[in-house]
Amino acid sequence: MSRTTLADAPDPVTATAPARPRRPARPARRWRRLASPVLLVLCWELAARTGLLAPEKLPAPSDVLATGWRLARDGTLAVHLVDSLTRAGVGLLVGGGLALFLGTVAGLLRLGDDLVDPPVQMARMLPHLGLVPLLIIWVGIGESLKISLVALGAFFPIYFNTYAGIRDIDERLVEAARTCGLGQAARLRHVVLPGALPALFLGLRLAIGAAWLSLVVGEQVNAQTGIGFLMMEAREFSQTDVVVLGLLIYALLGLASDLALRVVERRTLTWRRGLRAT
Amino acid sequence: MASRTAGDLTGTAPVLTARAVHRAFGPTVVLAGVDLTISPGEVVALLGGSGSGKSTLLRILAGLDGEATGETAVRGPAAVVFQEHRLLPWKRVAENVGLGLSGADTDQRIDRALTEVGLADRRRAWPAELSGGQAQRVAVARALVREPDLLLLDEPFGALDALTRLRMQGLLRRLRAEHGFAALLVTHDVDEALLLADRILLLDAGVIAEELPVDLGNGRTPDDPAFGTLRRHLLDRLGVPTT
Repeated sequence: MSRTTLADAPDPVTATAPARPRRPARPARRWRRLASPVLLVLCWELAARTGLLAPEKLPAPSDVLATGWRLARDGTLAVHLVDSLTRAGVGLLVGGGLALFLGTVAGLLRLGDDLVDPPVQMARMLPHLGLVPLLIIWVGIGESLKISLVALGAFFPIYFNTYAGIRDIDERLVEAARTCGLGQAARLRHVVLPGALPALFLGLRLAIGAAWLSLVVGEQVNAQTGIGFLMMEAREFSQTDVVVLGLLIYALLGLASDLALRVVERRTLTWRRGLRAT
Repeated sequence: MASRTAGDLTGTAPVLTARAVHRAFGPTVVLAGVDLTISPGEVVALLGGSGSGKSTLLRILAGLDGEATGETAVRGPAAVVFQEHRLLPWKRVAENVGLGLSGADTDQRIDRALTEVGLADRRRAWPAELSGGQAQRVAVARALVREPDLLLLDEPFGALDALTRLRMQGLLRRLRAEHGFAALLVTHDVDEALLLADRILLLDAGVIAEELPVDLGNGRTPDDPAFGTLRRHLLDRLGVPTT
């Protein structure tokens, strides 16, 4: 919170007392929280080096990194990574776009709610990864299978959060906007969209998680490229280091997308910081 | 649905006319034929106990209730101030005030309105950073910036603490003297009605049960004996014993 927001109501206690050392206390805690993961990796390395862990079961983390460096340098990794990212991106766009449209229709219109929501609620009960056999029959084992799986995984979180985000908007704010002379389109733009945005972000984050999960499964079905293919191929040649590397890349992809989204979210939803400050 | 018609534009024609307004929620009749007119510049207080339908009537007059029957007509621009400030949390103070406005002088109008409620320095603040009284003043500025001929106030100070409420009542009196808008003030506070209104209407059993002109002059205070007499009479009608 900025200083000016306190200016008209100076609290004598906080105004004279020195600033609380709240920030400096945080890094120490952060380092402490880092200790156990680092220790675990060190133990893993040590166990692998001393031969306690057989290299074909679990290679040392340093070996995994070395393999990663080798594959990155000869360009193999980039090819597979780009293919995986493309599948995730296209799937998210298709599934997310459809979810956004249907969620908006169901959230805004009573007729849309009656027509769209019941089948979606029923379909939600199906574990979408269990649809793989049926999807293979429908769309084959090519690219469309992977994209369909990602789209299905991304659809539900975005649909439900769009729907809930619109439904949870305070009706009194919509009324106030009406008394200010805002028409339907302007109310959508100034009240409904910004009001539903926090829920939309939550949906997107869940959808990205689901997209990676779907990709892991989808890329193990007859893929010729992609991180999943890299792992399946490595398994056949007992290259455990590549399998572990694939897992690491999936984890990093999930982490990176989540972080990126958090940054966008924080920039877009500045007003909520003010909300928390009081 | 209550049909809303635009009246003629002569200076003395009422800014608000309502005829035979009727509203029921299921079997419960809340408004059983209310007639009401407000002249330009006149402040009318609508008093009633809780559940008497006074807020329902205001919502109908504001055009927010599609299921009422009867006729209402509002002439000229009207604005509403609710009990809660109802500011959009994702818009800064200035954007909230200027909601729905367009035109080259919008910024100046917003500044003027915020200055009038004493919050010119808070135009960049988020609503969540304001105190209850400040947020309600922004809500008043949002109504004022529309240069209304009629202000509809739904217990506008009901959620504020007693001191802030007194200050807001003073602010409203000052603004009214400057701008000369008419107002319908829905309240359950007898003192507030007596301080601010030219005329008091008592809503009871779904109809206007009593109409009471308030001839206390401009410098009215609760210490005035005439104020006390009216106060006792109104409390008596509202079923509050005063001994």
